Amino acid sequence: MIGPCAPYAAGVSDDDLVRRLRAGDEAAFNEVINAYHPSMVRLAQSFVSSRAIAEEVAQDTWVAVLKGLEGFEGRSSLKTWIFHILANRARSTGAREQRSVPVDPGAEGSVDKRRFDDGGTWSDPPPHWSDEIIEKLSSGPFLEQVQAALARLPESQRAVVTLRDLDGLSSKEVCDVLRISEANQRVLLHRGRSRIRAIFEDEVVTR
Amino acid sequence: MRLLSRHRDIVCRQAVELVTDYLEGKLSRRDARAFEEHLRACDGCEEYVRQIRATIGILGSVQPEDLSPETRYGLMELYREFKGD
Repeated sequence: MIGPCAPYAAGVSDDDLVRRLRAGDEAAFNEVINAYHPSMVRLAQSFVSSRAIAEEVAQDTWVAVLKGLEGFEGRSSLKTWIFHILANRARSTGAREQRSVPVDPGAEGSVDKRRFDDGGTWSDPPPHWSDEIIEKLSSGPFLEQVQAALARLPESQRAVVTLRDLDGLSSKEVCDVLRISEANQRVLLHRGRSRIRAIFEDEVVTR
Repeated sequence: MRLLSRHRDIVCRQAVELVTDYLEGKLSRRDARAFEEHLRACDGCEEYVRQIRATIGILGSVQPEDLSPETRYGLMELYREFKGD
């Protein structure tokens, strides 16, 4: 099965695809919307308040993509170019909404400081996740809670985690999409993943 | 990147902050070795790294919603309009 952000088809280069899109090849457009639209909506949700608005942002992005296609020079991949346009639009839409980003108390360190003793050793180590627990966390019924956990991240962390861990983009691609440095990308990824782990622990494992 | 130049030994509170750099291959060889040595000696941190790996796996299993027929129809219409210009 081809993943959400997998290349449209093995061996098809951006050049080919862009040429076909410019020429009005509907099959080519169908391929790119299949490959990218669902992930675009998901990325947009990092910045805006609802799925419906995220869907609108993604659709508007396609308008911008089609208008910009003639000027596309291939300096980044088609995918990161499209996702970059999407991220910018979603960010400014979110800013207009004046969405209040949830701030989690204790989001400072990866792990609550109180779980270490004065020497920095675990005083309250993470309870073991059995294979059954991990299976439960990966199961269909838990999906909604995974989404809810993502929604508790600040938008930049959520965007990075979404692109890296949900869509499987490389760190380089994420930097191109969000125009951030590799170091910043890594910090956001670290905070996001740490926070999600902590939420899983709170919500599931210890109940 | 060298983060631990002064101390060979790291403590748990530091180890949990190094996990992503470690998984991304961004620790110096020496720091990576110190990190791995710590994991071998520390059940809590070994479990913690296991949980971060599991978390990454769980996040990776979340598929986006499929394109709905209505959305596909709307986007194809958009493309035809664009072509017609």
